[in-house]
Amino acid sequence: MASVPVSSADSAAPRSLWLRQRWLVLRRLSQALVLLAFLSGPWFGLWIAKGNLSSSLTLGVLPLTDPLLALQTLLTGHLPYSAALTGAAIVLGFYLLVGGRVFCGWVCPVNVVTDAAAWTRRRLGIKTGRVPDAATRYWLLGGILVAAAVTGRLAWEWVNPVSLLHRGLIFGMGGGLFVIAGIFVYDVLVASRGWCGHLCPMGAFYGLLGRTALLRISASKRSACDDCMDCFTVCPEPQVIRPALKAVGQAGPLILSSDCTTCGRCIDVCDKQVFKMTHRFDQRSE
Amino acid sequence: MDSARQPARKSPAAESPASAARRRFINGVAAAAGGGCLMALGAGLYSRSASALPAQALRPPGALAESDFLAACVRCGLCVRDCPYHILKLADLGEPVPTGTPYFTARQLPCEMCDDIPCVKACPTGALDRELTDINQARMGLAALVDHESCLNFLGLRCDVCYRVCPVIDKAITLETQHNPRSDRHAMLLPTVHSDACTGCGKCEKSCVLPEPAIKVFPRKLAQGALPAHYRKGWEEKARHGGSLIGEQVELPVRGFEGSTAGRSATETVVAPATPEPSAAPAVPVPPSKDISGVVRRGGLDSHWKP
Repeated sequence: MASVPVSSADSAAPRSLWLRQRWLVLRRLSQALVLLAFLSGPWFGLWIAKGNLSSSLTLGVLPLTDPLLALQTLLTGHLPYSAALTGAAIVLGFYLLVGGRVFCGWVCPVNVVTDAAAWTRRRLGIKTGRVPDAATRYWLLGGILVAAAVTGRLAWEWVNPVSLLHRGLIFGMGGGLFVIAGIFVYDVLVASRGWCGHLCPMGAFYGLLGRTALLRISASKRSACDDCMDCFTVCPEPQVIRPALKAVGQAGPLILSSDCTTCGRCIDVCDKQVFKMTHRFDQRSE
Repeated sequence: MDSARQPARKSPAAESPASAARRRFINGVAAAAGGGCLMALGAGLYSRSASALPAQALRPPGALAESDFLAACVRCGLCVRDCPYHILKLADLGEPVPTGTPYFTARQLPCEMCDDIPCVKACPTGALDRELTDINQARMGLAALVDHESCLNFLGLRCDVCYRVCPVIDKAITLETQHNPRSDRHAMLLPTVHSDACTGCGKCEKSCVLPEPAIKVFPRKLAQGALPAHYRKGWEEKARHGGSLIGEQVELPVRGFEGSTAGRSATETVVAPATPEPSAAPAVPVPPSKDISGVVRRGGLDSHWKP
């Protein structure tokens, strides 16, 4: 309880709108601020970050580079300048520390698209479709690394929807919109959480970085769970909840799976306030 | 459940749960591997097919050779941001330029050739090579005067605009004087591009006064030919070594072209004999010869061959 500022322990009282949307709002704010840092320059002449998520320079001093892109560059046989390598190391270190898929939930612009698709799918009550195996993303990740080495160029960057959308939002966009629209339609009609949860190789890569994540969600009040399934419905990676909530294969209440994007939506939707945002070493449960 | 515990070797229906789970697992892995590898293969093939740089797209100064550039450029747009003249663009998906890579179009906005080359300094990966410190050594492309029929200077007029705007004037573009055969009394000053000095900035193409420029800048690979590596130019070798490397050559007499200009220097003025030479046949007009098609031809070379 200590680290969660819960307004009322009485679960019968209806929670405020803020408490029901808190993490979603914070997350959208984070995504918008990341984008704004890149757009304040071209829009208002106030340069905070230059470039895009692939590689950037913040305040003229801090280089940041997508480590997966740096890895692909190395595989093509090109040794980038130290600016790019330093940037990749900083990003790598940050996500190793905080949690790899924090990128997916808090930074990646495609997340907004796929969240909207998941919401649409729920509202329309679409249950049909065919979901690819969640391991497909790891094969695709391996595939794009092999493609970089074999073709000698950053092959995935021709189609990568994540960089397409972020670059498009900052530098202007045309044909890339079709790819993004395609992902939206795919997630609505064909596969629930199909792109982010099953296919995206960037998500797979950042997932691999999440095994030592400090920022974690804990089902600390799991005894209060009334099996309403709200958390499973909204969770982009529902399989991560069960071990912590139902103590399957683990004793502690921490969600430890590196697939968890730490989006905190389960905290928002749970009327019993089972979940809380905490750190890796917080094993307390009530 | 007894049948389920038996080793699975009969019909599929009699398989153990373990076997069914294994089959599901293998199916899942196969689908995931197949799907994943297929998508990666698709991306790889698409990247190969969509890699050719179109003729009118030029890379920023210092760009590595195109194949190396596509390995090194992470498409971050930092060069675009630091270009003070905003000439660089990042290609969008579906454009003929590889997705996300920077380019400029000379006819729209040519490179202004900044002394400090900020785009190169901005590149974090070395796709734009920091070895380039003198912008005059940039090789973004190569100008080519592609249309001799429309170029005003080739028509005998004095336009000269491409020559005058060239930042490397008199080295990258020179005006070469030639006799104007149409008026027969004027000179033509022909803009001539020299590949050893042209930076490919695109100023000449941008400022060509024609509705469609007669001089255009292309990626070097498109604009430039190359001699085989083993070719030696005899006159250069001769000058370098102070004499022919293969000794004196036998001078063969030229037959059949006596009195014509063939084989003579173009600068040498040849005056046609005003009257037939005395040794020639009686002064009767030469009958017009007829060729196979029956067309009467006058003049031209006569080999004196008779059937």
